Amino acid sequence: MKGSELRDVQREQHQFRLRLGVAGSVVVICFALLLARFFHLQVISHDHYRTLAENNRISLVPIVPNRGLILDRNGVVLAHNFFVYTLEITPSKVEDLERTIDALARIIDITPNDRKRFKKYREQSHAFESIPLRTHLTDAEAARFAVNRFRFPGVEIRSRLFRHYPQGGLGAHLIGYIGRINDADLKVLEARGEISNYKGTDHIGKTGLEQSYEHVLHGTTGFQQVEIDANGHAVRVLSSMPPIPGDSLILSIDSKLQDVAEKAFGNRRGALVALDPSNGEVLAFVSMPTFDPNLFVDGIDPENWKRLNESVDKPLINRPLRGLYPPGSTLKPFVALAGLENGKRAPPFSIADPGYFMLPGSAHRYRDWKPEGHGRVDMQRAITVSCDTFFYGLALELGIDRLAGFLSHFSFGKPTGIDIEGERSGLLPTPEWKQKRWKQKWFPGETVITGIGQGYTLVTPMQLAHATAMLANNGTALRPHLVTGIRKSGSGTIEPVPIETVDHVSLRPEHMALVKQGMLDVTRPGGTAASVGAGAGYNIAAKTGTAQVVGIKQGEKYDEKRISERLRDHALFIAYAPAENPRIALAVIVENGGHGGSAAGPIARQVMDYYLLGKLPEKTEEKNAVAPALEETGD
Amino acid sequence: MPWRPHWRRPVTKVLLWLKRAGAHIDQPLLTLLLLALGAGLFVLYSASGQDWELINRQLVNAMTALVLLWLVSNISPQRLESMAVPVYVLGLLLLVGVALFGEISHGARRWLDLGVVRIQPSEGMKLAVPMMLAWYFARREAVLRLADFAVAALLLAFPLWLIAKQPDLGTTLLIGASGFYVLFLAGLSWRLMAGLAIAAVAAMPLVWNLMHDYQRRRVLILLDPSQDPLGAGYHTIQATIALGSGGLAGKGWLRGTQAQLDFLPERHTDFIFAVFGEEFGLLGELLLLLLFLLIIGRGLTIAAHAQNTFSRLLAGSITLTFFTYAFVNIGMVSGILPVVGVPLPLISYGGTSLVTLLVGFGILMSIQTHKKLVAS
Repeated sequence: MKGSELRDVQREQHQFRLRLGVAGSVVVICFALLLARFFHLQVISHDHYRTLAENNRISLVPIVPNRGLILDRNGVVLAHNFFVYTLEITPSKVEDLERTIDALARIIDITPNDRKRFKKYREQSHAFESIPLRTHLTDAEAARFAVNRFRFPGVEIRSRLFRHYPQGGLGAHLIGYIGRINDADLKVLEARGEISNYKGTDHIGKTGLEQSYEHVLHGTTGFQQVEIDANGHAVRVLSSMPPIPGDSLILSIDSKLQDVAEKAFGNRRGALVALDPSNGEVLAFVSMPTFDPNLFVDGIDPENWKRLNESVDKPLINRPLRGLYPPGSTLKPFVALAGLENGKRAPPFSIADPGYFMLPGSAHRYRDWKPEGHGRVDMQRAITVSCDTFFYGLALELGIDRLAGFLSHFSFGKPTGIDIEGERSGLLPTPEWKQKRWKQKWFPGETVITGIGQGYTLVTPMQLAHATAMLANNGTALRPHLVTGIRKSGSGTIEPVPIETVDHVSLRPEHMALVKQGMLDVTRPGGTAASVGAGAGYNIAAKTGTAQVVGIKQGEKYDEKRISERLRDHALFIAYAPAENPRIALAVIVENGGHGGSAAGPIARQVMDYYLLGKLPEKTEEKNAVAPALEETGD
Repeated sequence: MPWRPHWRRPVTKVLLWLKRAGAHIDQPLLTLLLLALGAGLFVLYSASGQDWELINRQLVNAMTALVLLWLVSNISPQRLESMAVPVYVLGLLLLVGVALFGEISHGARRWLDLGVVRIQPSEGMKLAVPMMLAWYFARREAVLRLADFAVAALLLAFPLWLIAKQPDLGTTLLIGASGFYVLFLAGLSWRLMAGLAIAAVAAMPLVWNLMHDYQRRRVLILLDPSQDPLGAGYHTIQATIALGSGGLAGKGWLRGTQAQLDFLPERHTDFIFAVFGEEFGLLGELLLLLLFLLIIGRGLTIAAHAQNTFSRLLAGSITLTFFTYAFVNIGMVSGILPVVGVPLPLISYGGTSLVTLLVGFGILMSIQTHKKLVAS
């Protein structure tokens, strides 16, 4: 017994050593294989490779493609490229950088900011990369350097393509800007497998359409096989593969309309999104204040960066996509539809509004904006006069789940799917959300105030405009988009972007008609935005809204004049026109503007006047148009 | 009790302490490893464009790895054997963690953020998998059936699947190899291996379908590097030119035009062998291969003289995996194997793989130096 076990161990060890021997032989064979390969490369073909290395020297030089243009719907150029001379240094070829730069400064104007930027780029790149020291060299400067070139090995003048936004700040948030490729961009490119297509490219879209359509705009990098001498200068082109320029974007934006809209804001902060409800095209996309994207192309200087980044007005925020605002009373038409579709509040129903609403068994008064109440109101009038009491009761009866469920069909609480990145979802609160976020149960009072768009509910201007377009469109949701066509660089043919239906809420025609009539009356005498409709020459369906920035205590009164400007209510306004055949739907938000009808309404009117009638606003009423006193300034 | 002088001189004291501390160090192996590491720093200096900062960082990496080697060499093989299962299970859990919550960078999910540290569990599996398999076969001594190999194959396949999914082709390959070596050394039948080889060839179209685009591209570019002269093919083309132009004796240290004029990509990491070959030529390569061969030889000797099944299989697998590292890397740089992300062991810049390698060698030393005297 014992003997056989011992034999097994011996046998096993023997077998193991045999296997080890086999493995060892494989190792030797493999290494011999490698040696054979080396022998082939380094002895037999040595001459061949030596020549190659010497001509390596035969270098592949990438040729950066021209970036595609961005054009508005009428062909107005919003982004294009032009050649500029740049003075560039390859640090690895320069012995004493500081001294070289000092010497260069004697023949070419080099500012401290240029030096700072050069230093920053240098930290981000390899020593053998060519880094710009000065851009936008004048012809005279270029000539001066050319004469002195022999004194500066490793310094070169190059002609590089620069991006330029000829309209300056116009639509800066939607166009976006490009900037120098950094490590994070490189990782993204690597993950997408596009890194080799970016050889030689040093700029990439950072925000807006420049970022979201990077793959369209960039094009395909070409390359030249160039013979270079020992100093790295090209001697002869051996073969080449031309680059394919990037395709151009054709936008739905009308830059004149965009301009009218931006000017209508004056120096106020806010956002405006205008859509064509029939196809989802974005006609205007305003975020105020705006900024000059040209500052970023060439690496923004510290002063400008500080000014933009630290401004209390937050000009860099893309408000239409990323600004979150309580919708206030602009939510009421949608709440009304929810009530109608769920069989609550059938038409003859009306309430007598005492000016407040109370939950059963509670003494807390949910006040109407009009302290004395609106008297007898039915659904249609409740929209027209923006009766809070009516919607408090309706929301409570619907319940938060049914209300939120219905509102989500209008893309509240989820992205609209617009074709630029960075869109936020807003917030459509539910008891589950509150439990998860705040670990608290939902109170009925929170349902009550959701009915008038207060409480937790948050929307982006984009969502509000999209929902308004859905109303105008009787419930059909078309994907909002800025790019309507892509102009192919080779053939020049325009590839249209298809209109995409993303959702359809089926709504009873009589319900739709009731809500629409209520909204139409908003801009007629007796409505909350009567002045907006006055003398328009076309019918406007609208809803005003006011969103609280600070809470008001029970029994206290909101006094606009006494509250500091930054704490004033946000003014909101949604509208579509002409009411019977909508061609434009929009949402306007004026931050700390006060009342929707008087602050945001006139902006909407100017945009609609221009779009529908081609009428430019008169210069005198351009800024802070004072609302006539004949209308009710309620919310 | 023997008399000891209490006034022993400090130098003697240190020497004595060193002797005791180094009791579990295998000196031949350590000498070879230090030679290779030293050569690595030399090449790195050239490949990095004389970047002292990089050299210092690699020195720190090497020191850390050597300390870990020393620590591991002091753990007895018995203790290692008892750790095999927990380490393997922990590694698997972490891999599942990576699949579920891992961080994505460079398009792959390899890192796990544990709050305190970020770790790459697949790296640890390079040792945990052969340990686990060696443990398994140690329990099945003498009566090896086909079923045993099937179980072992499953133990190997699960982590491999998780790592291949990350995706990490290089690591999958190395762990697959380390597992296969255990199976092979444990006595996997030749007939079965032949069958599997035929099956593997037959399965190729299927594998092709499962591969990621970037992996397919790498294979295609291996067959025809000119397909992507600006991208992946560029690596192979330039590395071949570097080696070929190096010739018999090389262009001399710091004088490789391919390396110094920036034609070689990734030249301080995966493609460092191209720099080596360009500057030191065929003769230099001969010496490096000889050094590797000696390391492998020492490892196999340790395996051959190991005292139990676990130690034998583990030592054999670790040594042969080291060989695989070297062969795959040099093969890819010289253009006979596809470009997979495998560094040149002991030479390439990078801390993670160096730590795993030297811990592996620590295990070899432990196996060599913890032998019990057996009456023969």
